[in-house]
Amino acid sequence: MEATVIPLPLPVLPEGWEAENNFKAIGKITQESAATQRTLEPVGPYFLAHARRARHKRTFSEDDRIQAQERAKKVEDNDDGEISEPEDPMMLQREAKDWKSQDHYKVLGLSKYRYKATEEQIKRAHRKKVLKHHPDKKAAAGRADDDNFFKCIQKATEVLLDPIKRRQFDSVDEEADVEPPTKKQLAKGDFYKQWSKVFKSEARFSKVHPVPTFGGEDAAQEDVENFYNFWYNFDSWRTFEYLDEDVPDDNENRDQKRHMERKNANARKKKKAEDNARLRKILDDCSAGDERIKRFRQAASAAKNKKRFEREAAEKKAAEDARLKKEAEAQAAKEAEEKAKADRDASKKAKEAAKNAVKKNKRVLRGSVKDANYFAGEGDASAATIDAVLGDVELVQGKIDPDEIAALAGKLNGLKVADEIKGVWKAEVERLVGAGKIKDGEIKTLA
Amino acid sequence: MSDTGSKPGPEPSERTAIGITFGNSNSSIAYVVDDKAEVIANEDGDRQIPTILSYVDGDEYYGQQAKNFLVRNPKNTVAYFRDFLGKEFKSIDPTHNHASAHPEEAGETVSFTVQDKAGEEEGPSTLNVSEVATRYLRRLVGSASDYLGKKVTSAVVTVPTDFTDKQKAALVAAAAAADLEILQLISEPVAAVLAYDGRPEGKIEDKVIVVADLGGTRSDVAVVASRGGMYTVLATVHDYEFAGVALDKVLIDHFAKEFLKKNSSAKDPRENARSLAKLRLESESTKRALSLGNNASFSVESLSDGIDFASTINRLRYETIARTVFEGINRLVESAVKKAGLDVLDIDEVILSGGTSHTPRIATNLGYLFPQTTKILAPSTEVTALNPSEAEARGAALQASLIQDYEAEDINQSTHAAVTTVPHVGNAIGVISVNEAGEEVFVPIIPPETAVPARRTVHVSAPSGGDVLVKVVEGNTHIKVTQPEPKVKAPESKAAKVEDADEDGDDDSDFSDDDDEEEDEEEKREKVWKIGATLAEAGVKGVKKNGKVEVSITVGSDLSVIVTAREVGGKGGVRGTLAAASA
Repeated sequence: MEATVIPLPLPVLPEGWEAENNFKAIGKITQESAATQRTLEPVGPYFLAHARRARHKRTFSEDDRIQAQERAKKVEDNDDGEISEPEDPMMLQREAKDWKSQDHYKVLGLSKYRYKATEEQIKRAHRKKVLKHHPDKKAAAGRADDDNFFKCIQKATEVLLDPIKRRQFDSVDEEADVEPPTKKQLAKGDFYKQWSKVFKSEARFSKVHPVPTFGGEDAAQEDVENFYNFWYNFDSWRTFEYLDEDVPDDNENRDQKRHMERKNANARKKKKAEDNARLRKILDDCSAGDERIKRFRQAASAAKNKKRFEREAAEKKAAEDARLKKEAEAQAAKEAEEKAKADRDASKKAKEAAKNAVKKNKRVLRGSVKDANYFAGEGDASAATIDAVLGDVELVQGKIDPDEIAALAGKLNGLKVADEIKGVWKAEVERLVGAGKIKDGEIKTLA
Repeated sequence: MSDTGSKPGPEPSERTAIGITFGNSNSSIAYVVDDKAEVIANEDGDRQIPTILSYVDGDEYYGQQAKNFLVRNPKNTVAYFRDFLGKEFKSIDPTHNHASAHPEEAGETVSFTVQDKAGEEEGPSTLNVSEVATRYLRRLVGSASDYLGKKVTSAVVTVPTDFTDKQKAALVAAAAAADLEILQLISEPVAAVLAYDGRPEGKIEDKVIVVADLGGTRSDVAVVASRGGMYTVLATVHDYEFAGVALDKVLIDHFAKEFLKKNSSAKDPRENARSLAKLRLESESTKRALSLGNNASFSVESLSDGIDFASTINRLRYETIARTVFEGINRLVESAVKKAGLDVLDIDEVILSGGTSHTPRIATNLGYLFPQTTKILAPSTEVTALNPSEAEARGAALQASLIQDYEAEDINQSTHAAVTTVPHVGNAIGVISVNEAGEEVFVPIIPPETAVPARRTVHVSAPSGGDVLVKVVEGNTHIKVTQPEPKVKAPESKAAKVEDADEDGDDDSDFSDDDDEEEDEEEKREKVWKIGATLAEAGVKGVKKNGKVEVSITVGSDLSVIVTAREVGGKGGVRGTLAAASA
């Protein structure tokens, strides 16, 4: 900030004011009055200056000085330093008429910049060279008519300052090429570093910018694919007109001229095709050795296989499940059938057994009355009595179910005495009457 | 190429950086050309781009086009989502999303469900709010890239001062997903200040600035101390009541009533979502028209029950019905000043930013609130004022152009708390000079709330020459209140001076229109410096007549003070150091 001007005057120094070095320290800024820690907003040029001072621990005056120095240095940098290449004595001997074969960048002392040199740099380099190699200066040194290299400089500038001619020259500027690494080099050095240099230099021919970078070991698959796609579809502005043979420009021999033009056009086409093939080969070589692609491919195939395995396993499992299910169903059906059959047999048997038992019991019942001599006392029972008794037995049998028949038969079994048998029957009849199954008086002989 | 696991940002030399204001209602993009910030218009020609995305048949629309879909396609239109970034569902305010896609809970974040693909069978998709932000930022960056003709790689984005670290992280992540490197997040009020200071004609002064950022859904007021181009936020207040939508609401209600008056049989348009959306859209443009002209028309086709409605409104009427909102904004600004522990007299500038600041009445009201010396930077009060909607984007663009040449690591280090958190002097430091009446007065050299280390140099005149005394003292201000000549009504008429600055916050709320006749009897308030403790004395001897003395005070980061005093153009001089106070 500039100093602000305060119009109000300073007080006059009081009489008798004395101090060492004319300065008296009286107070201090106390913590109480300045304890607020606040956060600066990290915004604006002045904050950046503050940050610079704070990070480099500079005071105001130090920072001012360093900044001033840096600014001053920048100006100097612009002035020279860029064009300080030693001049090859062989180059200085060049004939101007051989300009086609000269390295224009080297002539101007720009060989470390080449296609990267800006127009500004070329202009400045030209000026510096002209100042040094102007024929008048040579003449002053006693070498008259020595303007060969000066012409070289002029030619170089003419080519490099014309964008079309410069492109044509850049297209065939072999000095700027970076040879693809050999196997030996690759074995020794970093694969990615060596190849990325190659592609960086090739990228100068691209019509499309920015050109994707080669990337390192751990580049994402997307980036790597992007890179190769870009390069396999490379759109190059490289032309080979610069290498054309001279077309005679006399009007005499038109046929010859046309022939030369055709020849040149064909040569250009051929060179362009060769160049494309060359780039393709570089790419093939590079991608063949690119571990990343292998890795991605493995990952992809692993993923694919994983899918296939999963699918196959799923299918297998489904088939197995289906088979098991079917088997289980068949088994269940079979078992059910067997069970049903067994049930049927068992129930049949049981029924028969029950029937037999009932029959047997009924026989016991009938036998019991027979044993009791049909309750006819000592004498032979009359047929009518027998009928009546058996009729009643039948009736009772008809009224009770097989279990009761069995129970009754159990009671009657073994009894031989007529009275006892009669008692049992009587009890049974009474029970039936009580249960309302038989009407009172219906059974006469057994009551 | 850097070999870090995360995606490395572009190299400084390959960066194209712009400034973005990513607002809750509107966003802007700006870039710097020839040291001047320019706001970029998008394809539709909008410089304020509504922060809205809309999906129709699988096509994505953004900005004003999307906003128009709020009427016809509200369900698939996402609006007002910025404030949801990095927040949980339970802490968001979904009020404004009532007329668009509704926010839903999605784990730790918020999401919207919209039909963003063509074909019904695809079904609607649920978009996380960060995905929405990514898509929106991608469109913004795309517009900027189209305009500039090269791909925009990086941006400085403004955020409200109350954005939490989590919200910032969410914003950075959303931007990264949109292939945008965030160089820095800067706070909105400071961006507005920088937009003013960064103008080629901008002057760097020590001043206190109130930045009233009046947006669509929220108003934020910040008090910023600008000290030698370094900014410190002294206080902030945030409000969600008195913002653009509140003004829209006033107009909506007004025109809805008008409509019902004219068409007594019609249904209230506010009860139908679609009619309400139409009302809202038209009210907003009417509001904008009222900021520019004295009259504005309002017309909506088929507002309710197929009835067309057209009406006009003049500014006076608008200002009357919107009075509560305007007063609320005034109170808000006042409370921010109070929160900073300052008085309105301490404020040198008021910067109005945000779309709502176009309203002339707000600027006029603030003019009444602050003393006449305070500059109100709004289009209606100051012709050189920046467009309030664009100020922040410009500031962000300026910041982007400043830091785009630095490595990301450098930027991180410079914005680290260790660098940004510094002590600020509480009292002013200055020298004593003599006024016309022969009284000693305090002349501030380093104002209070200046971040240290700080260095200031002043030239003080010494007209009589000879030996002069440079007395370095601390000082602070107080508000001197001079009552008018005792009238009947003044209760404390005896006191000519009341030395209490705090109790008069309420006395001057008479910025409303109806108290002109009492105006001349108002008490007079002024800011006066009080001389505090003496820090040092230095004698400069043998100054020429009509000479000047240069006094330079440097306060170190440990609060040590270096004083140098010498005659301008003279040799030698006096230099002394005050040691740092022990803690």
